[in-house]
Amino acid sequence: MKIPYYPGCTLKSTAKHFEDSAIESAKKIGIEFVELPRWNCCGVVAPLATDDIMRHVAPVRNMIRVLEMNRDGLVKDEKRLLTLCSMCYSTLKRSNLRVNELIDDLDVLNDFMYKEEMNYDGSVKIVHFLEVLKEMGFDKVKDKVVKSLENLNVAAYYGCKLLRPKEIGIDNSEVPIIFEDFISAISANPVDWHNKSKCCGSFLTVDNKEVVVDLGYDILTDAQKSGADIIVTSCPLCAYNLDNRQKNIKEKYPEFKEIPVVYFTQLMALAFGFPKEITGFDGNYINSVKLFKSKNIKV
Amino acid sequence: MTDKRKMINVFIMGEAQKVPEGSTILNAIEYAGYQLKKGVGCREGFCGACATVYREKGDYKLKGGLACQTVATDGMSLVQIPFVPAEKPVYDMDKITPDINTIKELFPTVFRCLACNTCTKACPQDIQVMDYVQALKQGNIAEAADLSFDCIRCGLCALRCPAEIVQYNAGTLARRLYGKYLAKKSPELIKRVEEIEDGKYDQEIKELKEMNRKDLTEKYYSREIKLDT
Amino acid sequence: MIKKIKITSHNQTFYEKVKTISGEDIAVCDRCGVCTGSCPLTIEMEISPSNIMKMVQLGQEDVMDYNSMWVCSTCNYCTARCPRGLDVSKVTEALRQIRLRTSFDKIQIDKIPKEELKDLPQIALVGAFRRLTS
Repeated sequence: MKIPYYPGCTLKSTAKHFEDSAIESAKKIGIEFVELPRWNCCGVVAPLATDDIMRHVAPVRNMIRVLEMNRDGLVKDEKRLLTLCSMCYSTLKRSNLRVNELIDDLDVLNDFMYKEEMNYDGSVKIVHFLEVLKEMGFDKVKDKVVKSLENLNVAAYYGCKLLRPKEIGIDNSEVPIIFEDFISAISANPVDWHNKSKCCGSFLTVDNKEVVVDLGYDILTDAQKSGADIIVTSCPLCAYNLDNRQKNIKEKYPEFKEIPVVYFTQLMALAFGFPKEITGFDGNYINSVKLFKSKNIKV
Repeated sequence: MTDKRKMINVFIMGEAQKVPEGSTILNAIEYAGYQLKKGVGCREGFCGACATVYREKGDYKLKGGLACQTVATDGMSLVQIPFVPAEKPVYDMDKITPDINTIKELFPTVFRCLACNTCTKACPQDIQVMDYVQALKQGNIAEAADLSFDCIRCGLCALRCPAEIVQYNAGTLARRLYGKYLAKKSPELIKRVEEIEDGKYDQEIKELKEMNRKDLTEKYYSREIKLDT
Repeated sequence: MIKKIKITSHNQTFYEKVKTISGEDIAVCDRCGVCTGSCPLTIEMEISPSNIMKMVQLGQEDVMDYNSMWVCSTCNYCTARCPRGLDVSKVTEALRQIRLRTSFDKIQIDKIPKEELKDLPQIALVGAFRRLTS
C-alpha cells in the first residue's frame, strides 16, 4: 500500500531516527510512505483565532500536494495523508477541519494561493501512523515481531495533540488505549499510569524552561513509579522536553533518576529485528542501550 | 527629427508622467527627469541594484521587478527601491557547519515562515524563494543553495515577507556553505587559483585597466569564450 | 482575588473583541472551575483559567497584564473537559493575539542565547515564534 507521507521539519534533522525507523518498519508490514513533493512546514501550532486565515495557508498547501500526487500518479486514489509527528498531525487536521466547516475560508485560501496549479477541495484525510496500524490490525504488526520485548515495561506518552481536542483525537481523550495496544503488539508490556496525556510544556521550552522542567519531572517520575523502564512518544517536541531536558531536571531535582524516552517506531524497528542504523537509539539523549542489555534485548 | 513614438502615462512616485511606449521602467524614470544615483547598476539585469515595485492598471497585484528589465505599461504606478534595510549576521565561514544548527543560530527568523509564498511572487528572477526557505527550515543546505542559485539579491523578497525573514541573505549563507563544505572540489579551480597567485594574468589585467572605455567595450563584445578541453 | 471594578461601554468593546477573535460564547461560562482543575499549568499562572473567563466576561482589559495567557501551552485539557463546550485555549489565544497585533513580542528572538538556539529543535522554535511573536 502506497500512502502520501508528510514528514515535518524536525524529522529531517534532530528526529531523523523517528523517520528512518518508521519508514523501514512500515515497509515490513506492506506500507510504503511516499513523501510529498515540495512540502512545507505546517506551522507546528494550530491557528486558533477565528479571524486568522493566513496561518491556514501552510497546512492547506500541503493538502494540495496530496491532490497533485494523485493527479501525477505517484499514488493511486489515496487521499489520506500520513503523519508521524503529533504536532503536524494536529495542525494539519485542525486546518482541514476548519476549511471543511467554513467553505468561505477555503475559497479565500484558494484565491490567495492562485499560483498553485490546483485548488484544494477539502477531500484529503489526515491520519496518524498509529491509526493506520490500528486500521490494518495490530495483528499484522504482531506477525512481524522477531525479537521479543516481553520484559520491557513501556509507558506510552500520548501527550496532548494525539488526543485533544476530541474531534481530532485518535482515541478517547480521557481513556485512550491505542498506544497500549500497539505496545502489546510489539510484544512489550504496557504500563498504566496517570500522566500519559499531561502536557510536557510544548513550545514554552523556548522562553519558560522552568515550567517545562517541573512538568517533565512530574511526568517522568510518575512513569517510574508506575513501573516503566522506558517511555515512548510520537512527538519530537515532547521528546525534546522529556528527553533532552532531563539534564535540566537533574539540575533542579538532584535525586531524579534518568529514564530513556524514545519514539514508538524505534521500539517497533527493534522488535522487527532491524540493526542499530535503523533503530537509531544513538539519536536519543538518554542512553537506552544499558536498559536493553539489562533486559537481555540485543540492540 | 522628432520622436514619433506613442506616449503612455505612468505614475512615478505618484506623479503623472508621459514616457515613450516600450520604455523600460528605468528609462521611463530617467526620461521623466529623475537622476538615479542609487537603485541603478549594470542596466543589464545582472546586478540586482534596480529593484522596483509596481502595479499595472486594472490589476490588484503588487508586483516586483528589475527596473532595467521591466517594460513600463500605460497606467502603471511605480516606485524605485534603492536599498533594502536588512539584518545581516556576521559569521566566520571556518567556524560554522553546513547543517540546521547554523541556520538556527544565524537566521532564526526562518522559523517564522508562514509558507504564504509572497516572496516567490515578488521575485523578479522567478526563484522558488519559499521553497528554499522551507529547505533551510529543514536543514537541507544543498537544496537551498540549488534553489536560490539565480538570486541577485535585489531584496524584494525580504521587503514583502510578513514574517520579516531576510531570505536573500539566508540563501547566500546556504550557497557559501554549499561551496565550502558540500560541493565536490574542482581541480580546475584549484589550478586556476594557483595560476592567479603565480601572476600569470597580471600583465593582461594591467593592460585591461589602462584601456579606454571605447576599446574596452569593443574588446568585451568581441571576446571569445575559450573552453579548456 | 478581590477587586473593585466599574463597568463602562469600553468594557463591552473589549469583551466583544475577545468574543469575535476567539469565536467562543464567553458569556455561557458559569465558572465551574473544571478548566482550572484540569489545566496542568494553573500552578504557574497568576490568575487561573476560570478567572481569565470571568475577567473577560466583565471586559477587564488588565486580564492581559497577568502571565496566564503566555503560560498557556494550548494543551486543550480545558477544551476537552468544559461542560459548556467552551474552548478556553481559544480565549487565551485571542488575548495573545490582541497584544501581538500591536507589534508586541513576548520573546525577543535576538535575545535567545546562541547555544540555546542551536540546541532547540525546529519544532520548538516554530511553535514559540508563532504563539509568542508578532
